[in-house]
Amino acid sequence: MGSDSQSRTPSGAVISLSSVVVVFLLLAAGSYGALIKAPTEATMGLIQRIFYFHVSSAWTGFIAFFLVFIGSIAYLRTRSLKWDWLSVASAEVGVAFFTVVLVTGPIWAKPVWGIWWTWDARLTSSFLLWVLFVSYLLLRTLVDEPERRAVVAAVFGIFATMDIPLVYFSIWWFRTQHPQPVMGKGGSLDPTMWWVLILCWCATLGVMTLLIRVRYRLEGLRAEVDALRLEASRNAR
Amino acid sequence: MSLGHATVAILAKELKTEFRSRELLGTTIVFVLIVLVLFSFTFDPTSSESRRFGPGLLWLAFLFAGSLMLQPSFLREQTNDTLAALRLAPIDPFSILAGKMAANFLFLLLVELILLPVFAVLYNIAIVPVLAPLVLVLALGTIGLATTGTVFSAVAAQARLRELLLPLLLLPVLAPVLIASTEATSGILRDPSDLSPVWLTFLAAFDIIFLTAAWLFGEYLLEE
Repeated sequence: MGSDSQSRTPSGAVISLSSVVVVFLLLAAGSYGALIKAPTEATMGLIQRIFYFHVSSAWTGFIAFFLVFIGSIAYLRTRSLKWDWLSVASAEVGVAFFTVVLVTGPIWAKPVWGIWWTWDARLTSSFLLWVLFVSYLLLRTLVDEPERRAVVAAVFGIFATMDIPLVYFSIWWFRTQHPQPVMGKGGSLDPTMWWVLILCWCATLGVMTLLIRVRYRLEGLRAEVDALRLEASRNAR
Repeated sequence: MSLGHATVAILAKELKTEFRSRELLGTTIVFVLIVLVLFSFTFDPTSSESRRFGPGLLWLAFLFAGSLMLQPSFLREQTNDTLAALRLAPIDPFSILAGKMAANFLFLLLVELILLPVFAVLYNIAIVPVLAPLVLVLALGTIGLATTGTVFSAVAAQARLRELLLPLLLLPVLAPVLIASTEATSGILRDPSDLSPVWLTFLAAFDIIFLTAAWLFGEYLLEE
């Protein structure tokens, strides 16, 4: 029995010290770049520096939500609960990053636009995405049996991620006021700003990876505790 | 039994159950009426105003109605564990979902068609000249609503607080349908009337995407 429960334990250390150091250095470099190295934007001034972590958090959040999609499909195909752990870990981390996006956005908008919030395309769709995945997490809390929860959450997770592009396009055609993407065509973004943005993105991606790994292990440990508890109650009887 | 036959059989069963009692249809119609009356308090429904807000209110009312009406779709099967019996049948599991989707689509469309004239009278909107495009938009929007709603009804039926959960899951996912059908409807009601092909295509795309998703992943929800 002992060896059996051992094999269920997610193996290895949660995160290695070196990976923490790397992510910490990336964050420090990103902050240095965003706060000091990058040139001050001509019209918006200092407040524009929030952009580096705002945009990179949004990109990272999208990746986390995409991992929910992958985890959900893989769970339905393989029925290995590990994929479900990946889904819940990614969903929580994605919601956290989108919370950062939704908080830093208004902080930037107030001095620049003069208002905290406007119902523009990107703001509205980010808000809706956040709500979608909060619903996903709520749904998970309302189903007790692990396999049931995994199946039900996987189907909803797939539907929710498939909805993302539709939400985006519909709201986009509906209204838009957000500063047009400074990246890509037009390319008015200063090269230094570009590099700082990419650096910040790498840093947030690193944070995302660490958080997902910790959360994944936590979910695995929870599953193990539940299984042991069940075993104990059976033995007691 | 082929997928088509099984779907039709399930659809017939759903229709028979509902038309024996008609409780679902009656309740939903009254609910939407209440919503339409309450909306009239939130702004002055004069003609030019209602042309701007009317379509949105109408679709919002339909969405609320759907999130309540689709609730019993799977819940009803739990009372006598009839879903287990359906699963035992030698049919493609998707046909259970498909039959229920078709039934829910018909129920919702019926409710909408009954309420459309009431809405037109209450909000002073001329719908007779634009009836054909209006019904087309209603049908396309309702397919999306019935497809996602039926799947999520199966999801919510397996959770606690299910009555509260279904609107929570359904409404954010349906935001694109709300936007597209509201925009299409207000285009139709505008003077001169103009049916936007962009929004029609968008609605059709939404329907196809989620029908496919339901076909690929829906049957997992039916297993024991």
